[in-house]
Amino acid sequence: MSTPASSPSTRILTKGNEAICLGAVAAGCRHYYGYPITPQNDIPEYMAAHLPALGGTFLQAESEVATINFILGTSASGKRVMTSSSGPGISLMQEGLSYMAGSELPAVIVNISRSGPGLGGIAPSQGDYFQAVKGGGHGGYRLIVLAPHSVQEMYTLTMLAFDLADKYRTPAMILGDAIVGQMKEPFVASPYDPSSTAEKPWALTGCAGRERQNLKSLHLKDNAIEVHNWKLHEKYERIRNEEARAESYMLDGATIAIVAFGTAARVSKTAIQWARKEGIAVGMLRPITLFPFPGREVFELARKVDVLLVIEMNTGQMVEDVRQCTPLHDRIAFLGKPCAMPTPEEILERIRTLAGRKG
Amino acid sequence: MSAPVKVPFSKAVYTRPRSLVDVRSHFCPGCHHGTIHKIVAECIDRYDLREKTIGVACVGCAVFLYDYIDVDVVEAPHGRAPAVATGVKRAQPDKFVFTYQGDGDLAAIGTSEIIHAANRGENLSVIFVNNTTYGMTGGQMAPTTMLGQKTSTTPYGRDFRGDGYPIRMAELLAGLEGTAYSARVAVSTPAQIRKAKESVRKAFEMQIGGMGLSIVEFLSTCPTNWGMKPLDAQKRVLGEMSEYFPLGVFKERKQADFA
Ligand SMILES: Cc1ncc(C[n+]2csc(CCOP(=O)(O)OP(=O)(O)O)c2C)c(N)n1
Ligand code: SF4
Ligand SMILES: [Mg+2]
Repeated sequence: MSTPASSPSTRILTKGNEAICLGAVAAGCRHYYGYPITPQNDIPEYMAAHLPALGGTFLQAESEVATINFILGTSASGKRVMTSSSGPGISLMQEGLSYMAGSELPAVIVNISRSGPGLGGIAPSQGDYFQAVKGGGHGGYRLIVLAPHSVQEMYTLTMLAFDLADKYRTPAMILGDAIVGQMKEPFVASPYDPSSTAEKPWALTGCAGRERQNLKSLHLKDNAIEVHNWKLHEKYERIRNEEARAESYMLDGATIAIVAFGTAARVSKTAIQWARKEGIAVGMLRPITLFPFPGREVFELARKVDVLLVIEMNTGQMVEDVRQCTPLHDRIAFLGKPCAMPTPEEILERIRTLAGRKG
Repeated sequence: MSAPVKVPFSKAVYTRPRSLVDVRSHFCPGCHHGTIHKIVAECIDRYDLREKTIGVACVGCAVFLYDYIDVDVVEAPHGRAPAVATGVKRAQPDKFVFTYQGDGDLAAIGTSEIIHAANRGENLSVIFVNNTTYGMTGGQMAPTTMLGQKTSTTPYGRDFRGDGYPIRMAELLAGLEGTAYSARVAVSTPAQIRKAKESVRKAFEMQIGGMGLSIVEFLSTCPTNWGMKPLDAQKRVLGEMSEYFPLGVFKERKQADFA
């Protein structure tokens, strides 16, 4: 197993799941709790091996229900804390995530997603998009959702997830899949920049030298819950306005623009390079944040191109958000591949068809 | 006229503990939650723990723990208090952490969390209030509801054939290696209150000594949902409840075996 190299520019060959651990540790996370599930077991295994030596705590829970409540308790203590799981486990965490959103408690939740619904399968999938970006649990809330498409981003976006979670006092999710989790590629373990680390005066550390405090999601008095809902709404609006991130890839002069995230975007890059060699003006807008969704970018792009080709490893989820961002619905095309990675050949084929070319 | 006679009070026999907030209680007349809160506050004071305590509130009539006990409190989802407390204690091992849970909370929806916290020997203290019903939601059947007891969801009385048996948590948890202390107490007489306080002190000492999970089960009343007058509710605790749920200490660890 690798640990971050001393030189900030050294490239290390690492698995995506391990890069998440390295990013978390670099960002000062010393508490990890989880329950085994494929395809993310290398994350708890790495943390079990490395956290004790760093003075941290690894704890295997009896269930994901317990896991997310361990997380809630450590977060309430003011410490950076992370868990990881996959579909069935993330579903069990929804109750706790709703409580954490309501109690305004930060944490990083990694979903190395697999196929569903139900036990589904362990094939890579983007079928958890709705669950991730629309809230997932009860009561109306949002998670900040980041979608890495490389080992490098598994590292950097994990660090960012901790910063954003703390800044906005809300859980943040890394939405990956079996491909970005398991693939190995070189990445640069850039040092963590602690300049945006938020203070946590709200943490429960015992009331020495101050009044007692509490962290709760119950608001029964008068219209306190309505006030609380508007407060959360305002926070989500601020996140929408300030934190949307997307990569523009070869969009210069493009008449066809792919919109894809994570692994689907990664494969699309290859197809785009091939198509460009054939003289087809195609590029991609890759949402890096899924919540907040880069809606303005989609709106602008839709006005410039002939076709927005949305590619997802499901039967069509993000495409609904794309439709919401532009009135030009007849420009939207969709390529879905539930529970499997689309091949660059498949994507190229569709690009050619849309460009009116024969292969 | 002679000077007014001064009545010499030499000793206050009933005072409010420092850690108990001076507010009006929302609990129903004859409910024991208030008495149990006071015992917890007294034991926090006894070991001077107030400024290093984090309490974990449950979902049930005791959810407003933070309005009554003058310490930091985090609210857990229904039944998950032992898991939340685990997260607090693992992050702050030097702090004092306790949960306060009802019988629906601990013995039904949260069974998994309490059993595994106990089995791990989490260094926590658990205050468990058994009133044989779901007080907050209007008196439905709890896992501790007595056979034959009528509740809003056992209108013909609890029948073991369909509903199973009332569960004895203090004994069950005493059977786990990680449990350092397990006792059942009641607060229906002054003598019982004194004994209960001793048990809570023991439980807190276990945590202070790093011995593992300590739990004190209180036999409590819910006059409102039992449809009883407060005094009749006391009699029920002293009678049929204590018969089925015997008072006593079921486990007491003598020294930390994982030191
Ligand atoms: C997941 C979930 N299910 C159900 C409820 C509703 N609920 C609130 S309190 C409660 C039972 C409380 O009973 P108990 O734990 O015995 O506490 P008491 O009020 O009797 O002290 C229930 C079922 C809830 N809050 N959350
Ligand atoms: S409903 Fe029952 S448990 Fe709740 S406060 Fe009233 S008497 Fe106490
Ligand atoms: Mg109860």
